[in-house]
Amino acid sequence: MKKIVLMGNPNVGKSVVFSRLTGTHVIASNYPGTTVEFTEGFAKINEEQVTIIDAPGTYTLDPTCKAEEVAVEMLKDVDLVINIIDATNLERNLYLTLELMEKDIPVIVALNMWDETKHKGITINVEKLEEFLRVPVIPVVAVTGQGINRLVGRIPEATPPGVRKHKRGERWKDIGRIIDETQKLEHRHHTFLERVEDASIHALTGIPIAAVVIFIAFKIIRFIGEGLIGYVFEPLFENIYAPVVMKLSEVLGSKGFLHDIIIGKLIEGEIDFVQSFGLLTTGLFVPIGMVLPYVFSFFLVLSFLEDVGYLPRLAILLDNLMHRLGLHGYAIIPMILGLGCNVPGIMATRILESRREKFIAITIMSIGVPCAALQAMIFGLVGKQGGLYVAMVFGTLFIVWLALGLILNLSVKGFSPSLLIEVPPYRLPSWRALLKKFWMRLFYFIKEALPIVLLGVIIINTLYILKVFDVIADLTAPVVTGLLGLPKEAVIAILIGFLRKDVAVGMLAPFNLTAQQLVVSSTVLAMFFPCIATFTIMFKELGSKDTIKATAIMVFVSLLVGTVLNFILRIVL
Amino acid sequence: MGLVNLTQMESGQSGEVVEIQGGFGITRKLESMGIRVGKQIVKVSGLFLRGPVTVKVGNTQLSMGHGMAAKIIVEV
Repeated sequence: MKKIVLMGNPNVGKSVVFSRLTGTHVIASNYPGTTVEFTEGFAKINEEQVTIIDAPGTYTLDPTCKAEEVAVEMLKDVDLVINIIDATNLERNLYLTLELMEKDIPVIVALNMWDETKHKGITINVEKLEEFLRVPVIPVVAVTGQGINRLVGRIPEATPPGVRKHKRGERWKDIGRIIDETQKLEHRHHTFLERVEDASIHALTGIPIAAVVIFIAFKIIRFIGEGLIGYVFEPLFENIYAPVVMKLSEVLGSKGFLHDIIIGKLIEGEIDFVQSFGLLTTGLFVPIGMVLPYVFSFFLVLSFLEDVGYLPRLAILLDNLMHRLGLHGYAIIPMILGLGCNVPGIMATRILESRREKFIAITIMSIGVPCAALQAMIFGLVGKQGGLYVAMVFGTLFIVWLALGLILNLSVKGFSPSLLIEVPPYRLPSWRALLKKFWMRLFYFIKEALPIVLLGVIIINTLYILKVFDVIADLTAPVVTGLLGLPKEAVIAILIGFLRKDVAVGMLAPFNLTAQQLVVSSTVLAMFFPCIATFTIMFKELGSKDTIKATAIMVFVSLLVGTVLNFILRIVL
Repeated sequence: MGLVNLTQMESGQSGEVVEIQGGFGITRKLESMGIRVGKQIVKVSGLFLRGPVTVKVGNTQLSMGHGMAAKIIVEV
């Protein structure tokens, strides 16, 4: 099958073109470095089935980070390159185009964001540009689909341009000539959005704007999340679903091995969705009734912030702070994605240039950045004791994140390069694209989380019945009871955290812990060991040696912090 | 007329890049992102405490660390 690869600078809309061509949806956002891995999709182009590859963005064919390496790697054995260009940045984008033209592969150029050239006072003579480049050049607006059919229609015209290898200086000289002949710029006054753009990175206005944005984002996430739980999911579970499961419980005889696995334990003769711990009770209620509403509202708000283009501005404002942690400002983007789920967060560290940065970022993320599912459970369970205790958990996690970063920065060898990023313009999100991305993330969550939670419930019940937990609990009692001040059985929740942390926090419910014990146990649980999905991706990105190092740090720090927290709370409370 | 580096420019001030005092890697990277000798550049903002400097070249806004900004010499 013929292979077509989409290449272009970061944030020019390759992923949007990819979705248009293949109908396969990939996450697209308004910041450079959204795509860090290639995605394959299929399309029928001019009566022929072809493979289309969406590659990460790159400025040149000499890669400077892992994501760019992936892009350059993609060029091997392809039959055609669709070079996506940001029409509002023609000059800079053409460098990659000229490099691609020296590769002896057929090239076709898509001039994306054609609609934005008009507001920006840019006129490009497309016929002339085609003459210079000797490859088809087609203006497109990928978000609306305008021009995509013409692009596809002209693919057969693409031939290898047969350009000899040039030197860097020669390429820039050629680009200078092409630009002079094909592009006219008209001076435009600042638009309102451009004024807001400037204000969000100025010293005096930027930080207040960031504070407001984060505050509002947080409020909306809680408002939608709690609203969904209180008005939709809890009533559904309690009023409609509970009676059905109760009937089933009677049919199963209200107790016994099968009943315990499917329905769980009855609490005072009733089903308790948090404590019963059966497949159809807690197994469904934790992921759907408690976690999904938060994940829903978190991803909605995140997708909006991404598409507007706010995140790179936050990176600029936080650059100073992040340097103390051995990172640069852009590392805040993986951290924010990590607040949704650590897996895409860790993947996104590929935009960082050095190995040292990746190690620090991944280690502090998996220890101090709780995913949305874990946050939801902490809000749900610890929140019942009062907001102060929730703040203690998140406050401790934040301090550990910060302190560990400071320490790793001083102790890990290697260098951390300076920030250098392109800041995209603010854009009004395309609602269609935003909702698609949002559904993809939600679907991914359900697909990944539900089976593991259910598996976890089966394992927990089986081990309970086999009394394996008693042995473990006795063995670890000196640490769990002596140092952390928890009932010895709580070790089981901490261990189950390896499967998924949301269900593990749920396991704390039946222990009737005091507020102080809840704070200690959920903090330790959050930090102790990455869940299996996070662990797998860590292993893939860091290799075995660094993964072992990172997890050893996590286990040690979580026990240390848990012990300190336990003694401090005992004195204070 | 005078030579300054990017950190010494005022926000809103513009000039022409005359020299990049960096190694090959960084010069190449800056070049590919649009900053090279002979280009017109406008400083958009600089954050306090040696924070990053944001500039505009053509239609692109770029942000870079203080250290890197100090290596870009501009004739204003």
